[in-house]
Amino acid sequence: MGLVLTQEQQLLRDAAKNFCTQHAPVSVLRHLRDSADSVGYDQALWQQMVELGWPGMAISETFGGFDFGYSGLGIVLEECGRTLLSSPLIASVLLGAAAINRLGTSAQKKELLPKIVSGELILAFAHDEGPVHRPGTIATTANRQAEHYVLEGRKCFVLDGHMAQKILVVARTSGATDELCGRSVFVIHADQSGVSVHRTQMVDSRNCANVVLKNVVVGQESQLGGAEISPQDLDLVLDTARIGLSAEMLGSALEVFERTVDYLKQREQFGVLIGSFQALQHRAAIMYSELELCRSAVLAALAALDDPQRSANDIARLASISKAKLSETAELVSNEGVQMHGGIGMTDEFDIGFFLKRARVAQQFLGDASFHRDRYATLNQF
Amino acid sequence: MSALQSFRETAREWLEVNCPPSMRTPMVQDEIVWGGRQAQFKNPDSKLWLQRMAAKGWTCPTWPSDYGGGGLSVDQAMVLGQEMARIGARPALTSFGVSMLGPVLLQYGNDQQKAEHIPKIVRGEIRWCQGYSEPGSGSDLASLKTRAERQGDHYLINGSKVWTSYADKADWIFCLVRTDLDVPKHSGISFILFDMASEGITTRPIQLISGSSPFCETFFDNVRVPVSNLVGQLNDGWTIAKRLLQHERTMISGFGLADSQADRGGTTSVLASPEKAAMKYRGDREKLSDPVLRDHIARFKIDSEAFSLTSHRAVEESKQAQGPNTTSSMLKYYGCELNKRRYELLLQAIGSQSLGWEGEGFNDDELRIAREWLRSKANSIEGGTAEVQLNIVAKRVLGLPDILSLLNK
Repeated sequence: MGLVLTQEQQLLRDAAKNFCTQHAPVSVLRHLRDSADSVGYDQALWQQMVELGWPGMAISETFGGFDFGYSGLGIVLEECGRTLLSSPLIASVLLGAAAINRLGTSAQKKELLPKIVSGELILAFAHDEGPVHRPGTIATTANRQAEHYVLEGRKCFVLDGHMAQKILVVARTSGATDELCGRSVFVIHADQSGVSVHRTQMVDSRNCANVVLKNVVVGQESQLGGAEISPQDLDLVLDTARIGLSAEMLGSALEVFERTVDYLKQREQFGVLIGSFQALQHRAAIMYSELELCRSAVLAALAALDDPQRSANDIARLASISKAKLSETAELVSNEGVQMHGGIGMTDEFDIGFFLKRARVAQQFLGDASFHRDRYATLNQF
Repeated sequence: MSALQSFRETAREWLEVNCPPSMRTPMVQDEIVWGGRQAQFKNPDSKLWLQRMAAKGWTCPTWPSDYGGGGLSVDQAMVLGQEMARIGARPALTSFGVSMLGPVLLQYGNDQQKAEHIPKIVRGEIRWCQGYSEPGSGSDLASLKTRAERQGDHYLINGSKVWTSYADKADWIFCLVRTDLDVPKHSGISFILFDMASEGITTRPIQLISGSSPFCETFFDNVRVPVSNLVGQLNDGWTIAKRLLQHERTMISGFGLADSQADRGGTTSVLASPEKAAMKYRGDREKLSDPVLRDHIARFKIDSEAFSLTSHRAVEESKQAQGPNTTSSMLKYYGCELNKRRYELLLQAIGSQSLGWEGEGFNDDELRIAREWLRSKANSIEGGTAEVQLNIVAKRVLGLPDILSLLNK
């Protein structure tokens, strides 16, 4: 069932861990923030990640990828989460490539996927239109006019939107704002007429963008799959990203937890190590238990993405289990991380705060715990 | 065809022929087969099923065939389990000999002890009980005071045990006794086996908040036990005791698994799931009308699914490590908390109708929920409290310093 890593996957994890700890420690993100870097990630580092084959991990060999599956990409994302590595992996590879892979025509896949693998194309996925993830509600419209579509609307919290050359826009080609049917995905150029992109500075220093679309004219060939997409297919794209994001969150949460337990073994008060206090021990043991459950959920969900036998409904349930569980546990562990470190945990000089900030942004992205519990209940018919 | 695949086909065929139809229905509480000298078979098929399974050694599939076990590999045993689950076969035998004593006796017992006791466990001929807790020794089990004094070729045992499940029905007991008073508490304990029919043993059942219970108080008054019944080294019983507790925790943590509810004679009706119960008692059709309860149930079910995946992962991981590993404490802690949450949610789902004690106005399921809810409170006490499990995780898994050893310095 994919609950234990194969030897090949263990080698991949070791390689990813080495790369992240040696070349991309948390200090890299700190530097990007302090230097107000206009890109938001280290481009040389990204080039190295491309050379390691990470963007092509879950893409088939037909399109230049390496067929290592989402289980492989998940292992990489977990290690990236441990050092808070900022890169286009989530926006461009997890969301962008998954959308093209699941929804695109073979011509679109042939054109776009190899460029994602080679790192020359960076994508963003413009979905949300408000501060809370509500995939059922899309007000952005794409009206058919002769041979073209005209896009109008506002998108917000578009991850890496300020950096992407192309943006995948979810827009309504028919139906009312809150209808599940009638949605399409268009590939637009970030610099084309009518598109304005405004970068937002977020607490996690990873940064999103608001994207305003005014009279944006695109050809029919830019509609992914050449048709409206079914609600199930769009869910599958979002679920793929939710599961991958959960893997990244697992890495971050494990890292905070391990750093915190280490601190409990070093810090002395009242003449003893504070880790000998039962009040702290039990909270640590509970966090450990929750993290073990998180790991199982993420491993099972990643394996389901790679298993052609699993239904979309199975994947949806596992995605919501993972994202709900990881969102709750990320909140618990990041808060306890600060609390158990005491005063030093509140200082900017110390890294724990970076994990707290990233945790909250990741919790909100693609649905928080409450969203996914509601969705899980609906999927289970209660 | 792989060897495992051919084993699957053999097992499937054998089960098809040998598992009686009535043994393919969900287990009911009073038909659980515990075996023993006074074994009762309310359903005659249960006896047939036990005899057939025991003849194959499949009541204890992975135990060595030299002692009557199935001699199967872990993989084969999993296949057998899958094939039994496929036809909904009941466990042929439920016993503390199988789940607790057997594994440690195979590890620590001598040849003579294994030859005498293991085959009888496999065949369900002897029913065992566990002499661990004492009135003054609960979480601090190692402080136990029941004495075993050497007198020639016998030990003379005096003291009392408590929470001895089914002591009034068991044939033999595996018991922790103090054999040295002059050394630190963990170093003076021995692990000994004796016949409950011995002179000087009395048992008294304990009434719980949930009503009658299998628990007993057990008293030993100059009980004579042959020296050869001591397992492992004299005064090294704590090592065996801890190993056995890991097996016990693994068993109890299973209570948190939804798919094992039927195994322990739990509810199999619509009331088994809080969401179905909640909708039924509110007359809801498509969606549970109480949004807060709906959210709590969703959280519970998500945790249950993640826990179930974790239990499966632990099985996969322990294949390499042989036997339960350090995660048994975490699973015991979490599984028991989940089971308690489940019953609290069932009470909320069913409302006052779940709080009847007996008599008119309540159906059997409702009355059972009330008793099971009360009984579930013991899940996080028996087999090591939740707090003890968290201590073990903190110390053994996370490597945090032990406050008790600091205090005793």
